[in-house]
Amino acid sequence: MSNLLFQNARLIDPEAKAERIGDLRVIGGEITEIGASLSAPAKTHVVECRGKCLAPGIVDIGVKIGEPGERHKESFRTAGRAAAAGGVTTIIMRADTKPTIDTPETLAFVLSRAREESRVRVHAMAALTKGRMGREMTEIGFLQDAGAVAFSDGDAVCVNPKVFSRCLSYAAALDALVIGHVQDPGLSAGAAVTSGPFATKQGLAGVSFMAERMGLERDLALVEMTHARYHADQITTAAALPALARAKAAGLDVSAGISIHHLTLNELDIGDYRSFFKVKPPLRSEDDRIAVVEAVACGLIDIISSMHTPQDEESKRLPFEEAASGAVALETLLPAAMRLIHSGAMDLPTLFGALSLNPARRLGLRAGRLSLGAPADLVLFDPDAPFVLDRFSLLSKSKNTPFDGARMQGRVLATFVGGDVVFERAR
Amino acid sequence: MAFAAKHLLGIEPLSKVDILSILDLADQYVSLNRQANKRSDTLAGLTQINMFFENSTRTQASFELAGKRLGADVMNMSMATSSIKKGESLIDTALTLNAMHPDLLVVRHPSAGAANLLAEKVNCAVINAGDGQHEHPTQALLDALTIRRAKGRLHRLNIAICGDIAHSRVARSNIMLLGKMENRLRLIGPKTLMPAGIETFGVEVFDDMRKGLRDVDVVMMLRLQKERMDGGFIPSEREYYHRFGLDFEKLGHAKPDAIVMHPAPMNRGVEIDGTLADDINRSVIQEQVEMGVAVRMAVMDLLARARRASEDGGVMA
Repeated sequence: MSNLLFQNARLIDPEAKAERIGDLRVIGGEITEIGASLSAPAKTHVVECRGKCLAPGIVDIGVKIGEPGERHKESFRTAGRAAAAGGVTTIIMRADTKPTIDTPETLAFVLSRAREESRVRVHAMAALTKGRMGREMTEIGFLQDAGAVAFSDGDAVCVNPKVFSRCLSYAAALDALVIGHVQDPGLSAGAAVTSGPFATKQGLAGVSFMAERMGLERDLALVEMTHARYHADQITTAAALPALARAKAAGLDVSAGISIHHLTLNELDIGDYRSFFKVKPPLRSEDDRIAVVEAVACGLIDIISSMHTPQDEESKRLPFEEAASGAVALETLLPAAMRLIHSGAMDLPTLFGALSLNPARRLGLRAGRLSLGAPADLVLFDPDAPFVLDRFSLLSKSKNTPFDGARMQGRVLATFVGGDVVFERAR
Repeated sequence: MAFAAKHLLGIEPLSKVDILSILDLADQYVSLNRQANKRSDTLAGLTQINMFFENSTRTQASFELAGKRLGADVMNMSMATSSIKKGESLIDTALTLNAMHPDLLVVRHPSAGAANLLAEKVNCAVINAGDGQHEHPTQALLDALTIRRAKGRLHRLNIAICGDIAHSRVARSNIMLLGKMENRLRLIGPKTLMPAGIETFGVEVFDDMRKGLRDVDVVMMLRLQKERMDGGFIPSEREYYHRFGLDFEKLGHAKPDAIVMHPAPMNRGVEIDGTLADDINRSVIQEQVEMGVAVRMAVMDLLARARRASEDGGVMA
């Protein structure tokens, strides 16, 4: 852990909602000084930033890691390397592993593997119900003590409102954050795309966008009843936004996220059955995409995540409806998010609010800030550098990205965790 | 001949000229098929594999006969009872067959896009014989040929497609084809059997048979695909027949010379009155079967020609 001095950086401060050119000093893994023309004493490693952007590292909620159970898709080592290359300094991993992270023992195993193997920080969610079956709640208290930062059954929606409301009540007493997947399971059953002209033309089974509003409205009603701390994993449709706004205005402890794919792609990108574009919930119409980009810009949707879901080639080389859902995105999150900057939809401090500050705050982590005393989890990136993505250049073990062959603008130059370099692009 | 496509995956990518090329050639094959000697050697030496992942007696027989009349070596693989049950993936099956050097691969599969996926992985020409709820292009082509021969033209007709539009690949391919040929299309059926957003496809949507059939030239009935239903799309078969089944009374709202079509197999007394289906003055259902063989011969002939042309081009280059 060396002393670092970042010189001549474009500092992106999501807390102050501002950016400026300046220097930033790191001592003992923490940010200790920010200002103009800071001195460089002996034994200081100087990073000349040449006016490139320095921002708090990304805190990525909802990353699927294949350990335990599916290490052939992604391991802690490969996920950690991919995250570092993508400017993600904290991974919040999902509980939908095999077996499910639903006991303190499994959680302890996962966290120790992560410590051994990952270059970036890893926290874990735990399941809300045993086996994510929606019947019995997990040991929320013990799991919290063992380090679980949030509780979620992932995309296995707890169908029984009685069970779900008890989980919320119990979690509320422990001040635990519950993350819900707000897609009505009955309406969504069997669907591979969003219903509408595209689904009809391609002959694919679709689900109405209304399934999301239904899922959200149910969960919000139960949150109002139980006073739980609640986060909706992905809000991807315009129809769900008014309900979210009402809940926030009513003072419920509610936040919402969205995946980078729903902000940068729409259903037409699926084209002739390209299964790398099959995600959960399915990609939406362009009208919906525009609405949710605005919702992120104005802060109604709080958090952008990668929803990194590695799938091997075999799971994707199938007819669209049979293919597995999900896309890898740890390495493409930041370049894809730069599309929102280059299109003028938002500014960099707002973007890093959604990528770094808001998720850290929501989970009670000290990261995500560019302020004195904060851990030196930092990403240095060139917001304009153009490149064409080759999926086989990804460090993830699985290569299922929808951005293969896409022209992108914005590249990570270096990533730091606690003041240590975890990634540096050869210049 | 202007037909240069490598595969026939759907009607959507075809141009008007492509469609007319197929129909014109099919007309010639109708004449051949009516002769005593029906044999041609157009596809002699070529191998055609029919790969049916869904059971189908009629379509498979039609493709088989079409290939044999053109002199191809035809092999039928009924995949519904084969290695797919042993867990082999679609692509592995395709690669296995590809290694046997077929020239034409006819595929029916329960998943939309399966034919597209195969076409990316094999070297031969792929003909989509129905993929999930996506397309069934040869059915639309044989319907078009039937209409053209019965009505003398394939444009500026009022055509009604009735029944289970939502689950029907036949309906999708017909909407594409008849739309491209500039006809007026009406879709008639209960709201629960209409796919989302269909009104953006340049069609008029009706849920009343009598209004929808008014003054149409062609009535295309669809099979009520019971096996595709999750349940609960319609209250009962008898209510469906009462409101949407085609009988002489409802047909009375159409033009006096309107023809009645059905892709078969029919559910008599569910979507169509049995006597009406058999009435040779109104029903062209048997002609559709005849046109089916001719259209499939034309499609395979054209794809084989395009293949030879590209191979010759390859040698010269």
